[in-house]
Amino acid sequence: MAESEYLLEMKNICKEFPGVRALDDVSLQVRAGTVHALMGENGAGKSTLMKCLFGIYRQDSGEIFLAGNRLAIKDSRHAIDNGISMIHQELHPVPHRNIMENIWLGRFPLTGFGPFKLVDEKKMFQDTTALLRELEIDIHPATIVGSLSVSKIQSLEIAKAVSYNAKVIVMDEPTSSLTGNEVEQLFKIIRDLKRRGVSIIYISHKLEEILEISDEITIMRDGRRIGTWEASELTTDMIIAKMVGRDLSHRFPERDNAPGDVIMEVEDLTSPHPKSFKHVSFNLRKGEILGVGGLVGAQRTELIEALFGLRALEAGSIHINGRKVKIKSPADAKKHKIALLTEERRVTGIFPVLSVLENTAVAKLSRYETKFFLLDEVRRKADATQSIEKLRVKTPSFATLIKNLSGGNQQKVLFARWLLTEPDILLLDEPTRGIDVGAKFEIYTIIAELARQGKSIIMISSEMPELLGMSDRIMVMCEGRLTGVIDGKRATEEEIMRLATQRMA
Amino acid sequence: MDSKKLKHFISQNAIYLVLLALVTAIAVYDPRFLSVTTMRDIMLQSATRAIIALGAAFVLITGGVDLSAGRVVGLTAVLSSSMLQVADYSRRFYPDIPDLPLFLPILLAVLAGVLVGLINGFIVAKFSVPPFIATLGTMVIVYGVNSIYFDMKPNESQPIGGLRADFTNLGSGAFGSESYSLPYIVIFAAVIAFLVWVIFNKTRLGKNMYAIGGNINAATVSGINVGLNLLVLYAIAGGLYGLAGVLEAARTGGATNNYGNMYELDAIAACVVGGVSTSGGIGTVPGILAGVLIFGVINYGLTFIGMNPYWQLIIKGLIIVAAVAFDIRKYLSKK
Repeated sequence: MAESEYLLEMKNICKEFPGVRALDDVSLQVRAGTVHALMGENGAGKSTLMKCLFGIYRQDSGEIFLAGNRLAIKDSRHAIDNGISMIHQELHPVPHRNIMENIWLGRFPLTGFGPFKLVDEKKMFQDTTALLRELEIDIHPATIVGSLSVSKIQSLEIAKAVSYNAKVIVMDEPTSSLTGNEVEQLFKIIRDLKRRGVSIIYISHKLEEILEISDEITIMRDGRRIGTWEASELTTDMIIAKMVGRDLSHRFPERDNAPGDVIMEVEDLTSPHPKSFKHVSFNLRKGEILGVGGLVGAQRTELIEALFGLRALEAGSIHINGRKVKIKSPADAKKHKIALLTEERRVTGIFPVLSVLENTAVAKLSRYETKFFLLDEVRRKADATQSIEKLRVKTPSFATLIKNLSGGNQQKVLFARWLLTEPDILLLDEPTRGIDVGAKFEIYTIIAELARQGKSIIMISSEMPELLGMSDRIMVMCEGRLTGVIDGKRATEEEIMRLATQRMA
Repeated sequence: MDSKKLKHFISQNAIYLVLLALVTAIAVYDPRFLSVTTMRDIMLQSATRAIIALGAAFVLITGGVDLSAGRVVGLTAVLSSSMLQVADYSRRFYPDIPDLPLFLPILLAVLAGVLVGLINGFIVAKFSVPPFIATLGTMVIVYGVNSIYFDMKPNESQPIGGLRADFTNLGSGAFGSESYSLPYIVIFAAVIAFLVWVIFNKTRLGKNMYAIGGNINAATVSGINVGLNLLVLYAIAGGLYGLAGVLEAARTGGATNNYGNMYELDAIAACVVGGVSTSGGIGTVPGILAGVLIFGVINYGLTFIGMNPYWQLIIKGLIIVAAVAFDIRKYLSKK
């Protein structure tokens, strides 16, 4: 085949899973040395398409061309050998091994002769040092990866992808746990890669980021390609409209909650760990949505986990409804009508192999205990059913395993579960993380409705628009300290950013 | 050294400190314990255990568990002994076959161990059967196969005896004089331990093993052929059990189909006490050897000071649980 104007072409890719048409005749054309953003709601088929490219799935029909040559990709190894590498959405480090071994995993340099080949540690060390220096990542190559922060691990994954000398690098949500500075660093790397003629396929939910870095944008919806545009032709609102297939001029619902009296008062909360939160004091009103902003490492999660009894306190007090309370365990927290939706939905939220119904009904089992410690199944399931229905969870049936639901619907099930405990205070840690735009709106609606009913909400969010759009007040943290509380209506991104980076002198 | 560093040192070297404390305690109770003879005897008794534990570690570090170890020991003990009896022994397993060169039956027995390992690896890698179940199955099957062989004429389930002197010498012979000797079997174990250390730390296979156990998804997306690596790792493990079975027969001068019964649990216990994580990805050769020696010292030392053997069991059990409870603190994220 003749020289093509595209470095990578995926033509008419179809992929079917039992009961789902994941990819329906999708084509993607990527020019050399450009950043091509791939966008769509969760479940639109972006990841499936990339998994076909990387040999994790095999497409049912359709062809892939690399630099004009047809390529039938057998597995990940084959993809890597052909110059395709991928930064996965879920990070894949081997925690107890060091950086070099993680980077060169699957292709350790060897030394020796015949069948007696040993891994060439020296070369590995030199190559890693050179690579890290090139990417300006300041970590020693022999550091055990498990001891690094999530954002550092993410930088490593990027270094690994770069080290393959790939022609095409797929980046699936590469900035999900990076701080502002690190995102800039990544963009620098990306621009450098572009200059070298490398093509980047960039998947992200962060619209502002996409518009900043990409040259072209392909949008997918329901397993189909909607179209490809020059990035300069699009605005965030246009992208959203194309992704959800309807005009979403309002990303946030109207809120008519009215914050009342103070329900919780926190004073001088301090963690025993030197790098964690210190001297944090704030209050929460009834029916209020209190946003918590800050960068990665601001210790926001640690703070609300402490409020939920998951972390130890060295000093400080918590008053609820004017009475001093001690919260030493989640059981204590539940007793004081506090609920927590964790950031890591898959790890600490759902029970993947249980049904939607069981995932909901698992809360507050004690309330359904009858004589002889048996459970009143009828009442238990009826309540759970009602709770799920109220939140409009989209599921084929209540017997469906929760792991088969989309992120947004899993999150709704978790809301349904916690609402069964009738909490007064909800702690939400990144409630819309990894959830697509359409479902986000539904989650926002749920949060707004809960606040209207008089429930008090503390919501950690790393997304500025979300903080600004949803909070009555926003408290901002930086490196474990509370640096400011601002009115949600008057707050600006700049102000939040300033507080989030305001290191203590 | 400040207290923080000291704490860190203790938690990182807990196993060795426990071993030291154990030896010290027994020596305080009875100073005669600290003699060349006791040390040699402990090493002699621990040698085959060490080889089995090292084999078990290959599987444990991948995040699996190998229950077939003990029964493979029994199988290869019986196989090698049955081919290495003196010519005029009345119940000779193969009365009509002339004496074989020593290496041949040993090689065959070790290969039998490798074969079982390959089967384990195949079941785990190809059919994704959980290792616990796969090796539970082969454990029972191997015992069955071994018992059928053991029950064949003319042996008919009698203990296999009358082993050739060149064979038993492997297990009971030693360099040096009566009072200062180094048993061959201890040297074998040391050589094996060194080779395993090289595999763990210096080869691609070893690093892949840690990667598979540490995060199997990472291994897969990095283009590692996980199935093939598992197959080889299980096969090496099987080979080591096989070798241990041969040496066990040589050391004791005989074999029955019940040899090695429950050794897999001892091996797993020694590994976990030595810091190998049952969830995979972690484990070192020195740690495993220390784990084996801790049990060697307990077995020998507590008998030495005349402790009731049933009490010894209770102490062993407590050490397993306590060691892991302590060791796991290294990896628990502090909140």
